[in-house]
Amino acid sequence: METVVFAVLNGVIYGLLLFMLSSGLTLIFSMMGVLNFAHASFYMLGAYFAYTLMEGSNFWIALFIAPVLVGLAGMVVERYGLRKVHARGHVAELLFTFGLAYLIDEVVKIFWGRTAVNYKVPELLDFPLFTLYGAQYPAYRIFILLVAILMLVALWYLLRRTRAGLIIQAALTHPHMVGHLGHNVPMIFMMVFGAGCALAGLAGVIGGNYFITDPAMAVQMGPIVFVVVVVGGLGSLEGAFIAAMIIGLLQTSAVSINASLADIFGFLGLAGTSEVGGITIASMAPMLPFLLLVVVLMVRPTGLMGDREV
Amino acid sequence: MRSTRTAVLAAAVSAIAVTAAHADTIKMAFIDPLSGAMASSGEPALQSFMLAAEHINANGGVNGDDIEIVGYDNKVSPKESLVQLQKAIDSGARYIIQGNGSSVASAIIEAVNKHNARNPGEEVIFFNYAAVTPAFTNEACSFWHFRFDAHTDMKMNAITDWVAKRDDIKKVYIIGQDYVHGEAVAAAAVSQLKEKRPDIEIVGNELHPLAKVKDFTPYVQKIISSGADAVITGNWGQDMTLLVKAAADAGQKIPYLTFYGGSNGAVAALGEGAVDTLYQVSEGVTNLEASDEQYAMIEEYKERFPQYDYYYDRAFTTLQMFDAAAEKAGSVEPIAVANAMEGLEVDAAYGPATMRAEDHQLQQNLFVTTVAKDVKYGVDNTDLGWRLVDGGKISAEAASTPTTCQMERPE
Amino acid sequence: MTDMTTTYVDLAPSRAEKFRQRVLPMILFALALAVIPLFGPSRSTLTLLNHMGINIVFALSFNMLLGRAGMLSFGHAVYLGLGGYFCVHVMNWIAADTGIWGAVPIFTMPAFGFGAGALAGAVIGWPSCRRAGTPFAMISLGVAELVAAAGFMFDSLFGGEMGISADRMGGPEFLGLSLGPLNEVYWYIAFWTFVGVVGTYAFTRTPLGKLSEATRDNPERVEFVGYNPQRVRYLVFIFAGAFAGMAGGMSAVQDEIFTPENLSLVPSGAILIAAYVGGIRYFTGPIMGAIVMTYMGSNLSDYTAGWLLYLGLMFVGVVMFVPDGIAGVVYGTWDVLRSGRLNEVAAGWAIRLLGLALMAVSTITLVEVAFRWSDGYGEVFEPFGLELAHGSPLTWVVIVLPFVIGALLLRRVARSESEVTS
Repeated sequence: METVVFAVLNGVIYGLLLFMLSSGLTLIFSMMGVLNFAHASFYMLGAYFAYTLMEGSNFWIALFIAPVLVGLAGMVVERYGLRKVHARGHVAELLFTFGLAYLIDEVVKIFWGRTAVNYKVPELLDFPLFTLYGAQYPAYRIFILLVAILMLVALWYLLRRTRAGLIIQAALTHPHMVGHLGHNVPMIFMMVFGAGCALAGLAGVIGGNYFITDPAMAVQMGPIVFVVVVVGGLGSLEGAFIAAMIIGLLQTSAVSINASLADIFGFLGLAGTSEVGGITIASMAPMLPFLLLVVVLMVRPTGLMGDREV
Repeated sequence: MRSTRTAVLAAAVSAIAVTAAHADTIKMAFIDPLSGAMASSGEPALQSFMLAAEHINANGGVNGDDIEIVGYDNKVSPKESLVQLQKAIDSGARYIIQGNGSSVASAIIEAVNKHNARNPGEEVIFFNYAAVTPAFTNEACSFWHFRFDAHTDMKMNAITDWVAKRDDIKKVYIIGQDYVHGEAVAAAAVSQLKEKRPDIEIVGNELHPLAKVKDFTPYVQKIISSGADAVITGNWGQDMTLLVKAAADAGQKIPYLTFYGGSNGAVAALGEGAVDTLYQVSEGVTNLEASDEQYAMIEEYKERFPQYDYYYDRAFTTLQMFDAAAEKAGSVEPIAVANAMEGLEVDAAYGPATMRAEDHQLQQNLFVTTVAKDVKYGVDNTDLGWRLVDGGKISAEAASTPTTCQMERPE
Repeated sequence: MTDMTTTYVDLAPSRAEKFRQRVLPMILFALALAVIPLFGPSRSTLTLLNHMGINIVFALSFNMLLGRAGMLSFGHAVYLGLGGYFCVHVMNWIAADTGIWGAVPIFTMPAFGFGAGALAGAVIGWPSCRRAGTPFAMISLGVAELVAAAGFMFDSLFGGEMGISADRMGGPEFLGLSLGPLNEVYWYIAFWTFVGVVGTYAFTRTPLGKLSEATRDNPERVEFVGYNPQRVRYLVFIFAGAFAGMAGGMSAVQDEIFTPENLSLVPSGAILIAAYVGGIRYFTGPIMGAIVMTYMGSNLSDYTAGWLLYLGLMFVGVVMFVPDGIAGVVYGTWDVLRSGRLNEVAAGWAIRLLGLALMAVSTITLVEVAFRWSDGYGEVFEPFGLELAHGSPLTWVVIVLPFVIGALLLRRVARSESEVTS
């Protein structure tokens, strides 16, 4: 029972964090068709900006300023980089962001060094909130949960209940039509790219101290975020949400399953002593998202909720 | 990298050792990551070797010759290491230094063996300062390879010795990365604990994929519900830091006995959560009792390289031993030095160190330490540092393990 | 023919043209390969050359996918790795003299790699080639992650972290090559590089090679003509895997070791960068890219700690401004020289070169000063005796001034050129 409770709780938090990262990417991806390889780098930038801002001020200021800075950085990248490459098609755009991820990694190392920085949880939230089955549960995790839900609601409100959201939604599915209606599509693209990066930055601010803030954090998170977006389906925030939750829960709950392949496929004559039979589900947990990606794309190329092929 | 580093060092050397008109330089090639994310483990080691060489040169050098350490960036890739090795050999280096990654070390051992067999008269020697796979000084041992770090089984010996002394530890949980190293650590822990404390129950023995887990909370939850009193892990890098961080977040205050707790940035990332949770076993930490010269060295290191801390004590032992062996042999020729090094004993900073002749494995004291406040030297530019725990000093004899090495020596 | 009222202009290249465009470059390439050892290269140069040969074949096989068939793969190293692993195993069987293996010369390894790569391509390609575009790229990413993880899980096949080593000096000698000394390995690599280049070029001349280009440009029309684009992609994928496996076989003999790291995303990304920087629209582009990138990857780190940053800047620069890569620049220059329009464009070129040089000065200064500042050892960047500390105003002048001037010059050239063309 306790394993289930913890797996669900942590899975939901991890899933929400993933969603925060992938919601921005989904917006960018569906509107511009660019799978932004550097998206996780903006997540990293968010964490580092917050760390530096915290030195001079406090966490709460960093929580608001850092994502804005990341968003601005994103807008600059879109305006002076991506837009130039846009005419040359998606592969060029993809490769541009691929190279950009390299650059951001290196620049981060110049400014903040090659090792982890001591980006702390704010003292106000640094206490165990409750004790569950003998383990303390840090308040900061619940804070993450709240911020993520708040963001979710705000995003939903923005997209579904405001005029700006209406235009963005239209641009998601019919960018050309929106352009014909007289909206400044390049401007929308830039804003959406900036907003997507800001969301990644926000995830970095609250995720950086939950995990570790070091130059490898982008590379570690990057592939998983793609998986979420692609599995969720193009143009579908709901899909991204569901995919993020599935992957969050899958990863956290699979590690608590000790069964090996031999236990499951034993009836096929797989021995526990053989190399394949000895692999446990737990040890495969972090690979499951990639398996999911391959399977979903093969069976349903539009993703879980998408309506267009990726 | 190479040119700039040597330039700086050359300036420093000329300032210190103006008097000496040395005949020659002994080139040593340092092949490890010097760029990218892993540079944080390669760079401080290179600096340690350079500082050690500088001090030896200032004290008259090796038989009157200067040591020159040249860094080669291998980007932690075994293949790239072979390119750099060839460059190093062509530039006249007869001594190779490497440590990060057993995959690289294994590739270099193989390459050095083949090079020495194919190019007699141009032998090179490999000083391994950190690759800890036991096989290198057991079934895969080589006359051309010397290891200056205790290997996995020896470090595990130190850990289990310490655990055996602690009567309050009744249940142990083992967790590691799912590859050769993690498996070797787990196997060593199980067999040694069984032998030393048969009453200890191993309540969990788990492997997780290498460098892929983001959230260790579920694992920590499993550890908590198992009722473990101590955790043994061979994890390094993110896997180590995230594991201990998740434990600290869950309020768990039991020893996490690690091999790599001392690596750069781990204490900074964990903050106070590391206190009394993160333990490591190593050949020495800065806060041990030591001579004044050693303290001076530690301070000089910190002053010169403020990004890092004095960590690679074995770099100093390596060159100290090389110096002694060359003096004993009266030569700096690789084969003569290698022969002289066999069985050699030197007084290292934290006790005597002996190079065992049968397998070229350095025998030295090991120390179990933990993170504490109020220490002489903090690490990672924080006020937290490593402190020896009660009964944490494990003598070289106790840490030693027998070897299965059948060494083939050149005639 | 003579009775016909209409005569068609013969658009096919003449024999002489065919020879000049297809056969001559190959002869020149073979000559270059044969001449190199006459310069008496050192062992480290030979090692570098051998790696270049391996990467040339690897990059060409990658470009069969990206450049020809328009399939962006993030996991191409999987096929090089699997082919190479198979060869390492074969080399160990040869050394152990089990069964008929004792009679196999090590020289033939790339052929085994070719087979293993083709098999891997056939197995993995079957599910992944059903999609093109971004889904294909994402599947290749997922597959690469899975295979790399499996590399660490199955020790008996992949040797765990330490990989599997072999000895290239076993088995019967072939052509009198013991393959021990590096100059003999050079001949081995040169031979197979040549085979690889000819093979991948010949592939572009086959109906399948032509169809793959058609599939890239317009899969729908390919379908109308009666071919199945999925099938075309699948077959191309198998061949690309096969040539990558061949490069793996070359690598197995050169380095005598394969580790799971060889399967990971890192070498896949590196070859993607190499092929793109070289120029994916030209057959020779990946060759140039492989040569330049292999050199930079192994030697740039000797000169600067910031080599990764330079590499990144170069890649982004190529993607943004020179989409045709090195090959595009080389051929563009060549065309101008040949058509005798040099004096028309010379002024523009000179200004452009000056602008680029100025921006390079500024960028290099910035990067070098930044790295020294970041290291914190108090080192100072001193090019040509100039002391450029990070705090000194001179440094910032050297960084800002050339950049601004260079950018303005480049802008001017670009503007005046667009005026000419429009």
